[in-house]
Amino acid sequence: MGRNRVAVVGAGMTRFVRRAQETAKELAWEAASKALESCELTLDDIDAVIVDSAPEAFDGVHMKSEYLSDGAGGWGKPVIRGYVGGGTGVFAPIQGWYHVASGLFDTVLVVAEEKMSSCQPHPQGAFLTIFDHTTERPLGPNLLWIFALEMNAYMSRYGLDKRDIALVSVKNKRNAADHPAALLGDPNITVEDVLNSEVLAWPVQRLDVSPVTDGAVALVMCAEHVARRVTDKPVWVEGVGWSLDTAYWTSRDLSYPTYVEEAARMAYKMAGITEPRKQIHIAEPYDPFDYKELHHLEGLMLFDRGKAPEATALGITQRDGDLPVCPSGGLLGVGNPIAAAGLMKVAELFWQLRGEAGARQVPGQPKRGVAQAWGDLMQVGTVIVLGI
Amino acid sequence: MKQHVYESIYLSEKDFQEGRVLFETWDPNARYAWDAGVAIGRFLQGLKAGRLIGTHCPQCDRVMVPPRMFCEHCFVPADAFVPLQDTGTVVTFSLCYVTWDMERVEEPQIPAVIAIDGASRGMGILHLLGEVDPQAVKIGMRVQAVWKPEEEREGAITDILYFKPLQSPSHPITQSPSPQSKRGAK
Repeated sequence: MGRNRVAVVGAGMTRFVRRAQETAKELAWEAASKALESCELTLDDIDAVIVDSAPEAFDGVHMKSEYLSDGAGGWGKPVIRGYVGGGTGVFAPIQGWYHVASGLFDTVLVVAEEKMSSCQPHPQGAFLTIFDHTTERPLGPNLLWIFALEMNAYMSRYGLDKRDIALVSVKNKRNAADHPAALLGDPNITVEDVLNSEVLAWPVQRLDVSPVTDGAVALVMCAEHVARRVTDKPVWVEGVGWSLDTAYWTSRDLSYPTYVEEAARMAYKMAGITEPRKQIHIAEPYDPFDYKELHHLEGLMLFDRGKAPEATALGITQRDGDLPVCPSGGLLGVGNPIAAAGLMKVAELFWQLRGEAGARQVPGQPKRGVAQAWGDLMQVGTVIVLGI
Repeated sequence: MKQHVYESIYLSEKDFQEGRVLFETWDPNARYAWDAGVAIGRFLQGLKAGRLIGTHCPQCDRVMVPPRMFCEHCFVPADAFVPLQDTGTVVTFSLCYVTWDMERVEEPQIPAVIAIDGASRGMGILHLLGEVDPQAVKIGMRVQAVWKPEEEREGAITDILYFKPLQSPSHPITQSPSPQSKRGAK
């Protein structure tokens, strides 16, 4: 197809916090400078910059990526923003991939930033306008409704109870205890803690949900000839995919993320993956809610429909299990600064595949991982496969 | 990898509330006037008259609600408005104890996706349930619209106050809009 091979050669991030003193632009700078430093490049080596961030309503700043661009190293360079809601963080490296795979640029800096804490009194307010202005908003919806409705549909379809799902939250928050950037790592959390937490919108309880977070993550991506000069441990982009379902969300089967399957099929085909369960060694599916990890593992075809909870209960998805899932600690543990959270997952694959994940390192020298994010009107799947 | 993490400066909620850090605030005054559009305009007219309506796709034969002037699967114009019943089946629901700004409420709101009778399988709308014990709500429950008195209706989704249980046995859940096969063929 005439596509150039693309590698990730550097990664950096800020600490994920509930409220950062830094501005959005300063957070972008912190992550971007850490990513450049990690591969010993400077901004002079960067041909183009991708600056991705989720809703502008969080910041109250229109043309948000343009505002961030100075902090992301965009001065005097070709800059582009991508935005697919919660799916943005995994879409950002997909954009980085096609910038380089096309041959247009050799080296790009990919920055994802989110500062949710600015939005008062609660950033949920920024999401109220995703509902249809005529047929839904007059009913007074809040964002939790849609997740609660989806979670209930999933539980009901497969006869699951809250305990089956709470195990995900426990696993991820425990994993995050080993992440130096994590907001909500907790090595001692139990299923009972999750089941006893405050009910928000049943079946969603407080500890089923990832926290409001500020943070930024950045990657350096480049063509093979550059990668060979920069590092002896390039991590290759083997496949990318994305797909969008209908915005008429009340017409969808809410118990299965078809759009994630479509995105995964696109990425797996590109990566030559025919048996994902054998060929993928680590997964970082999007987990803003605990049930979403299960939902997405099934959409990624890593478990049969309705079977991801059982695999979780058997320990298969633990860091030392057959298929480690969210070894980073995920959004539930590390935090959920929307766009940055998705890119954090890709950075985790980068560190894991290079054997640099420290206390979080998955045993057995993993060779290939998949990261996925989800968003827009709960309708987009974005998928990337990395390998060494 | 610790060296790749920038130690951002963490503020507590208290630091912020007590003004121990400098910040600016802004209260936007945003006002919009939305056109209801062709299909939803007719839908609202129907609501004012106490009726739910959908649209029909001539190619895949779906009866769609909320109505659209085109079928997003076949990408052809809908060819007819179709009257629907004001009864349906609960596809999924939640018991919501918080407002959008995370204030707790005593009595939960009960949002639900309701598959409307007369529309194709799985075609639902978002609405609320009422006149029901929250703990008694079940997926598959049969429900009927409770309308505002005719003189108070204004052509809005809120002309239906909520849906309440119908006194009849539960139906199996309706799921998956039928033309899934089309997606596979793409």
